[in-house]
Amino acid sequence: MTTAVLQEREHYLNAGYGLKSWLLTKDHKRIAVLYFITISIFFAIGGFFASMIRLELATPAGDLVSSETYNKLFTMHGVIMVFFFLIPSVPATMGNFFLPIMIGARDLAFPKINLLSWYLLIIGGGFAIFAMVAGGVDTGWTFYTPYSTTYSNTYVIATALGIFVAGFSSILTGLNFIVTVHRMRAPGMTWFRMPLFVWANYATGVIQVLGTPVIAVTLVLVFCERVFHIGIFDPALGGDPVLFQHLFWFYSHPAVYIMVLPAMGVISELVSTFSRKPVFGYPFVAFSSMAIAVIGFLVWGHHLFVSGQSLYAGLVFSFLSYFVAIPSAVKVFNWTATLYKGSISYATPMLYAFGFIGLFTIGGLTGLFVAALGMDVHVTDTYFVIAHFHYVMVGGTVMAYLGGVHYWWPKMTGRMYPEGWAKLSALFIFVGFNLTFFPQFILGYLGMPRRYHVYPPEFQVLHLASSLGATVLALGYVLPAIYLGWSLRYGPIASANPWGASGLEWQTPSPPPKHNFDQIPVVTHEAYDYTTVPQEVLEVG
Amino acid sequence: MHEHIDSVKTYALVLLALLACTVLTTLVAFVDLGNFSVVAALAIAVTKMLLVALFFMHVRYSTVLTRLVILGGLLWLAILLLLILTDFFTRGWVGFPGT
Amino acid sequence: MASEAHAAHEETLALREQFDTAEQQKDASTLAMWIFLITEIMFFGGMFAAYTIYRSTYPTVFAVASASLNVVVGAINTCVLLLSSFTMVMAVRASQLGQRNAIIIFLILTLLFGGVFLGVKAYEWNEKYVEHHMPGQAAFHLEGTPLQGPAKIFFSLYFAMTGLHALHMVVGVGILSVLIWQTRKGKFSPEYFTPVDIAGLYWHFVDIVWIFLFPLLYLIDRHLPK
Repeated sequence: MTTAVLQEREHYLNAGYGLKSWLLTKDHKRIAVLYFITISIFFAIGGFFASMIRLELATPAGDLVSSETYNKLFTMHGVIMVFFFLIPSVPATMGNFFLPIMIGARDLAFPKINLLSWYLLIIGGGFAIFAMVAGGVDTGWTFYTPYSTTYSNTYVIATALGIFVAGFSSILTGLNFIVTVHRMRAPGMTWFRMPLFVWANYATGVIQVLGTPVIAVTLVLVFCERVFHIGIFDPALGGDPVLFQHLFWFYSHPAVYIMVLPAMGVISELVSTFSRKPVFGYPFVAFSSMAIAVIGFLVWGHHLFVSGQSLYAGLVFSFLSYFVAIPSAVKVFNWTATLYKGSISYATPMLYAFGFIGLFTIGGLTGLFVAALGMDVHVTDTYFVIAHFHYVMVGGTVMAYLGGVHYWWPKMTGRMYPEGWAKLSALFIFVGFNLTFFPQFILGYLGMPRRYHVYPPEFQVLHLASSLGATVLALGYVLPAIYLGWSLRYGPIASANPWGASGLEWQTPSPPPKHNFDQIPVVTHEAYDYTTVPQEVLEVG
Repeated sequence: MHEHIDSVKTYALVLLALLACTVLTTLVAFVDLGNFSVVAALAIAVTKMLLVALFFMHVRYSTVLTRLVILGGLLWLAILLLLILTDFFTRGWVGFPGT
Repeated sequence: MASEAHAAHEETLALREQFDTAEQQKDASTLAMWIFLITEIMFFGGMFAAYTIYRSTYPTVFAVASASLNVVVGAINTCVLLLSSFTMVMAVRASQLGQRNAIIIFLILTLLFGGVFLGVKAYEWNEKYVEHHMPGQAAFHLEGTPLQGPAKIFFSLYFAMTGLHALHMVVGVGILSVLIWQTRKGKFSPEYFTPVDIAGLYWHFVDIVWIFLFPLLYLIDRHLPK
């Protein structure tokens, strides 16, 4: 087999070689590539910790690692996956790469701040990895006080610093996206002509900007308490540990919407392209992103139902938590309606989209289970909660992430991935995921607590099934790493629009030129307008 | 943006108002107003904030978007404070089962 | 179809290559600073939330602790900061008028007032150290209340909030220094003075934070007998 060579046209990948041209780049597309590499590494690290956890849990006895080590394993799995993989995942990679192109801009509003965001993630990650290598941190990714402030003897400060710095990476990305959408849209690109992916990232930016500073200051307070002994969460002084939880979850609940909203934006793009139909009810889907961003800030107390929060506050938060499901449901209904009478094709990205819709629905519905105050008293801090959030975060966000990666791979790299291997991996991921996490709903309901590595023998069958599923899932994640890398050199050259999709990014060559557009386009058509896609492209896609 | 160039007199008057408010809030603190003391202190602080924002930060001439951003920030601060307070203010209202 | 007015162009300070017009760039920069300031509202907001909770839980202790702060020094320092905001907006005004020397003078004055504020703050912190009102001190003791734990919480909040504020002032002083240097090099004109403008926004915001910190920390129930 001969290796095809990308035609010697100038594009963003060959416009300048050498380390400096990458590490000092202002090009949003190159920064997106830097982020891809970085968060893939973090995903592998977080996945390693997950493997250790599932390995330990295959047997009821605590025979693989000590309790202290196990505490560190689940803490570091959570910290890395949440702050260094999921939060940046879609926005920093696909958002960075495509948001400017989708609105007809040459770059984000502040390219140097964009690069700074990446460096901040690296520095934050450096602190976190230092903490892991030096001995680990064992507080849980939630850092509850007074354990984290007073009693833990592990690397809390280093980890908190890492998250603090990574938080500013997130804030700056959100700020950049918001200003870009407000001020950099091409002529004719009105708000309601933008792809829904842009709406999703815009809403995410709003959450990042309003929520992240609160966890930042909370970590500062934890830092102060550990280092200077100026403590406000210490019960011995009359302080209230629940105040920490309020401040922590004020961010960390909206954070889950930072993690899932951009993924939903990806799904809107996939469902439209692979049904060859505009997304049903565009304004509703656009506004639902904003609604999730707003309502998501009003529900955090549902993480404190059994912590000592007052019953009345619990009632308020439980009631409000039901409302946040409504806009998510709107999206699921609208995606489904988009499929109706669509011309559906089953390329890999669409398989991931279907996976998302099904698994996110299960995850979201079980979220309503735990939002019910009475039910949560029974299942909180059990594997039921773990299953719930892994369904939305992994069955949801990670699936959408992979779907987006495959969808935009030809555009970003100029190469097509091998469809057969991709479909096989998607199957492994789907089967492996459900085998890993569905038993955990049952485990949790039966009373298996989270963060325990020792359990009664009657739970072993379910745990073993889960650990086996994790093995299949891991295989499913390793395969794309291999074939995507392979495709960079051996994959067939991709055309500008292999899927017959609409949107400005498909009107540029694959890969795009450094400045996206030589002249800014003037937009005259609505979003998802397939009449603008040339017929020959539609037939091939 | 603002092509308006405020006069020195405008800024000086605002400064005098700010300084006067500072003196006022200090003196008022020594007067027994009961629970109203906090209200008075916050009211004066908000007045000073508005003076700085409207005149020194030129919010008087700003776009609607800027004002929305500011209002959004203040609203979110209010959400943080008020919803946390729903917990702390209702702590003693109902006992635990069995008490 | 492409737009002539939005063709690629040479990059200047006032018109970077990603923007189409200088006005677009200025609008974007100003919007960005305002968004950054609301992140700061939420950043300080977390501490204000903690303050609100603990003051309402321990009102008497907070009043006693507040009374141990020097209200005259605090009030004067507040006035110093307000003066610095005045000189800052005068610097922006001078930028609008292209008066280079006036810009430099007003920026230097702002920096000086900021420095005075920080100096007074350092003095106040030292006073607290000498009086054994620092929570980390082994000999911590606040006279006038048996609740030493909550007293420590007041002072933890005092040091955390004024400390965070002072840190922002130090950053502001650094920014002012850079601006003075840039003005001397002739970087700004009535057509382009955005850095001065948005630095002004930052400086005023830090002032507004203090406008709230002063009454909330220094003026708690001062009417109560000592």
